[in-house]
Amino acid sequence: MSTLTHERAERRKAWGFVLPALLWTFAFFVVPFIYMAAVSLWTRQGRETIHSWTLDNYLNFFGKPHLLQALFNSLEVTVIVTVISVILAYPLAWIIAERVPRRFQRLALVLSILPFWTSYVIRSYSWLLVLSDSGPVNQALVWTGVIDTPLALSATRTATVIGFVHFFVMLLTLTIYANLVQLSPNYRRAAADLGAGGLQTFWHIILPLTLPGIMVGAFLTFVLCIGDYITPQILGGNNELLLPQVIMLQLGRTANFPMAAALSLVLMAVVTIAYLLCARWLKIERA
Amino acid sequence: MKALRTILSIAYAGAIYVFIFLPVVVLVLFSFQDGRLPVPPLQGVTLHWYGEIFSDSRLMSALANSVLVAVVSSGISCLLGFLAAYGLARYTLPAARLQRALIIAPMTVSTLIIGLGLLSLFGALGIFRSLWTVGIGHVVINLPLCFAIIYGSMGAHQVNVERAARDLGAGEWQVMLLVTVPMLMPSILAAFFLALTFSWDEFIIAFLLSRFDVTLPVEIWSMLRSGLNPKTNAIGSVVFLVSILLLLVMELLVFRKPRRAS
Repeated sequence: MSTLTHERAERRKAWGFVLPALLWTFAFFVVPFIYMAAVSLWTRQGRETIHSWTLDNYLNFFGKPHLLQALFNSLEVTVIVTVISVILAYPLAWIIAERVPRRFQRLALVLSILPFWTSYVIRSYSWLLVLSDSGPVNQALVWTGVIDTPLALSATRTATVIGFVHFFVMLLTLTIYANLVQLSPNYRRAAADLGAGGLQTFWHIILPLTLPGIMVGAFLTFVLCIGDYITPQILGGNNELLLPQVIMLQLGRTANFPMAAALSLVLMAVVTIAYLLCARWLKIERA
Repeated sequence: MKALRTILSIAYAGAIYVFIFLPVVVLVLFSFQDGRLPVPPLQGVTLHWYGEIFSDSRLMSALANSVLVAVVSSGISCLLGFLAAYGLARYTLPAARLQRALIIAPMTVSTLIIGLGLLSLFGALGIFRSLWTVGIGHVVINLPLCFAIIYGSMGAHQVNVERAARDLGAGEWQVMLLVTVPMLMPSILAAFFLALTFSWDEFIIAFLLSRFDVTLPVEIWSMLRSGLNPKTNAIGSVVFLVSILLLLVMELLVFRKPRRAS
C-alpha cells in the first residue's frame, strides 16, 4: 500500500470515529437552533402563525415594558446572586483550604457541596418549606421575639435570591477552593519576606492570583442563573417575572412560539455579551 | 489573636454549613411528619409518606422512566464522546479545532434554549414528544461533557502503549477495545456517572419534550401544584439518597486510585 492511499484510508477511519458525534450535534443542536432563529422572525396572530419574515417580535420586546422589565429583573437578580454568592463562598473556600487540616479537606469540601445532589426541583421546594409562613425560619424568628407576625418570605424575589445563592455558594466554594490549593506557598513566603502583613498579602497577592478562578465561577453562575426557570417559578411566584418565566408563559397561554424563540435569542445574546465582557479572564478553550 | 481567628473561622464556616444544610435537613426531617403539613412542629414520626410514594404508580413509573432515560442517554453520550475523542486525539483531521468547538458548543447554551429548539423542530417535523425525544435532548447536553472529560484524559503515554500493541499485530478495533478503553476506564466511568446524574436530575428539557410518559423531576413538579405535602418530602429524600449512593459508587469505582502521599 502506498503512503498516499494509506493516509487516505487512515483519514477515512478517523472520520468514521468523529462523524457520529458531529452528526448528532449538527442534527439536534445546530439545526434546531437555526430553525428557532427562523421561527423568531415569524409572528403569531390569534391562533395563526404568519410565515413572513419580520422583526416584529424583537421590536415588540423592546417596545413592551413588561417584556423588557423581565430582562431587567433577570439581570438584577443574576448580578445580586453572583455577587452575594462569591462573597459568601470565598471565605468558606479559604477556610477549607487554609485552616482545615489537609486530610479533612476533602471531607469538608464534599460536605459543603452535598446538598448539590438533592434533585433540582426538590431543592427549590425545600426552600419553599423553610421560608413558608409556618416554616422553621419564621417560627424561629417569632419564638425568639424578633418579629411578631411571620414574614412573607415565600413567593418573593428574596426567596428566589436565597434559593439561587444556596446553589451557587456550593458551586463557587468548589471552584474557588480548586484555585486556592493550586497556589504555591512560595508566593506567600515571598510576600512575608518582603514585609507584607496578612491583609496586604491577601489583597495584593492571593486575590489577584485567584481572580481567574473567581471569574470562571462567576461566569458559570451568571449563565446558569439567568437561564433558570425552576427556582424563580417555585420560589418567586408570579410577581416580578424573570425572562425564562416569560419565555415559558409564551408557550403556555398563546402557544406563541415565535415570541418564545425571539426571547430565547435575546437571552442568548445577553449571555454572549457577558462572555465577551469577561472573556479576558476566562480561559475555557485551552489551545 | 490566633485563637480569635480560629474562632471566627469556625463560626463563619459553621454558619455557611447551616445555610447549606438547612433545606436538606428540613426536607428529610419532615418526610417523617405524622401530619398533613411538612412544617414545624414535628407531630410524630411515621413512615406513612414513604408507603404513599411506593404505592403511587405514576410516581414509580416516572422513576423507572428516569432511570431508563438516564442510563440510555448517558451510554450513548459516552459512546459518541469516546469515539469522537479517539478520532480527534489519534488522527489529524482538517479543521479539528472547529470540530472540537462544535462538539463542545451545546455546553455553552442554556438548556431552556436547547429544549425550545428541539421542541419547535420536532413540532415542525411532526415527531411526537416521548421519552425518546427527552433522551435525544439529554444526549445533546451530555455529549459535550463526556467528550471533554474523555478527550482531556487522552495523553501521550497511552499513544506509546497503543503503538506497541499495533507493532505486536493488534488491529484497530483490538487496540481500541483491549488497550485504549481499559486505560481510559476511569475517565469513561466518570463521564458516564456524571452524565447519569445530570440526566437523572434534568428538568427543563424533560418538561418540554415529554408528554404522557414523564421523568421523575417532571412528575415531582406536577406534585408541587398540590402545595406543601410530606409526600413530596419523602420522594425528595429518596432521590437524595439515590444520588448520594451513585456518588459513593463513583467514588469507589473511579477515584479508588492509590492515594498520593501528600
